[in-house]
Amino acid sequence: MAYQAVEEIQVRCEKENIPFWKAVQLEDCEENGITEEESWQQMTLMWTRMKESVDAYDPSEKSRSGLVGKEGGLMDEYLQNEKPLCGDFVSKVIANALKMGCNNACMKRIVAAPTAGACGVMPAVLVTYCREFLIEEDRMIEAMYVAAGIGQVIASRASLAGASGGCQAEIGSASGMAAAAICGARGGSKEQMGHACAIALKNLMGLVCDPVAGLVEVPCVKRNVGGAVNALAAADMTLAGIISQIPVDQVIDAMGEVGMKMDVSLRETSLGGVAVSPRGIEIAEKLGM
Amino acid sequence: MGSIFDILGPVMVGPSSSHTAGAARIGYTARQLFGEPVKKAEVYLHGSFAATGKGHGTDRAIIAGLLGMKPDDLRIPAAFEEAKKAGMEFTIANRELKNAHPNTARVVMENAGGRKMVLQAYSIGGGRIRVSILDGIEVDFSGESNTLIVRNMDRPGCITEVSAALSKEKINVATMQVFRHKRGGGAVMVVETDERIPISVTEELRKKEDILEVISLNLEGRNG
Repeated sequence: MAYQAVEEIQVRCEKENIPFWKAVQLEDCEENGITEEESWQQMTLMWTRMKESVDAYDPSEKSRSGLVGKEGGLMDEYLQNEKPLCGDFVSKVIANALKMGCNNACMKRIVAAPTAGACGVMPAVLVTYCREFLIEEDRMIEAMYVAAGIGQVIASRASLAGASGGCQAEIGSASGMAAAAICGARGGSKEQMGHACAIALKNLMGLVCDPVAGLVEVPCVKRNVGGAVNALAAADMTLAGIISQIPVDQVIDAMGEVGMKMDVSLRETSLGGVAVSPRGIEIAEKLGM
Repeated sequence: MGSIFDILGPVMVGPSSSHTAGAARIGYTARQLFGEPVKKAEVYLHGSFAATGKGHGTDRAIIAGLLGMKPDDLRIPAAFEEAKKAGMEFTIANRELKNAHPNTARVVMENAGGRKMVLQAYSIGGGRIRVSILDGIEVDFSGESNTLIVRNMDRPGCITEVSAALSKEKINVATMQVFRHKRGGGAVMVVETDERIPISVTEELRKKEDILEVISLNLEGRNG
């Protein structure tokens, strides 16, 4: 049985004296009858595809609606010519999150992590970190396992689908996964990884899913930036010694409950939020949606 | 199902796992079940597929799948042009399908000789699908396992014949479902197996008197 709680992962780490990522990998191998090598290979492929996807961005492409496409390029230019408020590293994270969101909208190849709409958060955090801090690839693949383990728990206790839990289930979950992963990659303990995830999830709790014209474009592309930057802040807070007063599994339960209470108009139906703002409706009508 | 690669993955062409990757998977599964190139295809989109399919590339993804492309194929955005190159004619229309899941597509495939197959399937998110109707009979399978589909007359002994043919080749049955129109009429067996289903099994079963048609779907390894 896959993990139902982050605490279960931490308990197994303790019992077998293994790192967080290993506990995730072993459980999945046992569950699906594959070897650790096969699992590692598959995860390496996911990591490779993520990197390829970041690099495949082309600022001259536009989505079929024409609403998004150039944002990643604009951020790159700004980064080269100006002094961004967020500094070099975070600005690159922002650029990569935008690139991935645009890639997805432009029908390029991405890794759903955990969903296509939220595909920019993990690579923005992990690929950028790996490249800017010159980290060994193996450490990043371990971080991918951490993220997957967290995602699995969120899937079992709450939801990863915008249609059931709103955008907190997509961008929120991606942010929680990335926060735990980067925290671990920076040397955080298994407890700190849990705190980082909890803080990231709390900060995005209640986030609604309100795509304009039903497309994974507005506001989805930019929300990937929100998820990525939030993950970095949550990881840094945790590494500074700040803890989440609410345990991570209880935060996930709360998030599941918030998702269930969320009105259906705010769960990927395009009947609420910015989707029904005057401009949102105008865009939808123009596109014939 | 609980693989971590359902959380990190699938690798897919955007923008939506349900409306793009799932749609491509529907087309791909249909093509695999048809077993040969599709010469002419009619695609009908229902519910959310009809409402937002265009913006999500649902139409292109299904056509790509019918051409044999998987959900991560970079040619999906150019599927209409690829169909032209491959000489496949197609039409796409919105249609209200009775009692269907919101993300449903119906595909009518025809080969050069006029043989037809009708498949209806729906996308359940994360790039996964369920096939719900095959040639007029209600079924329920994912297309993620090796699958044997047997159309037979609803008579005693058919299930034994199928399981005997499989066990002779040491093929382990994972799930088995039996559907029928009415007592003594047409029936369908859907058997999901752990191992690939060799041609010898399908050929042996085709010779049986009460078995009308045998279709097998074999996986080519994990997607990614």
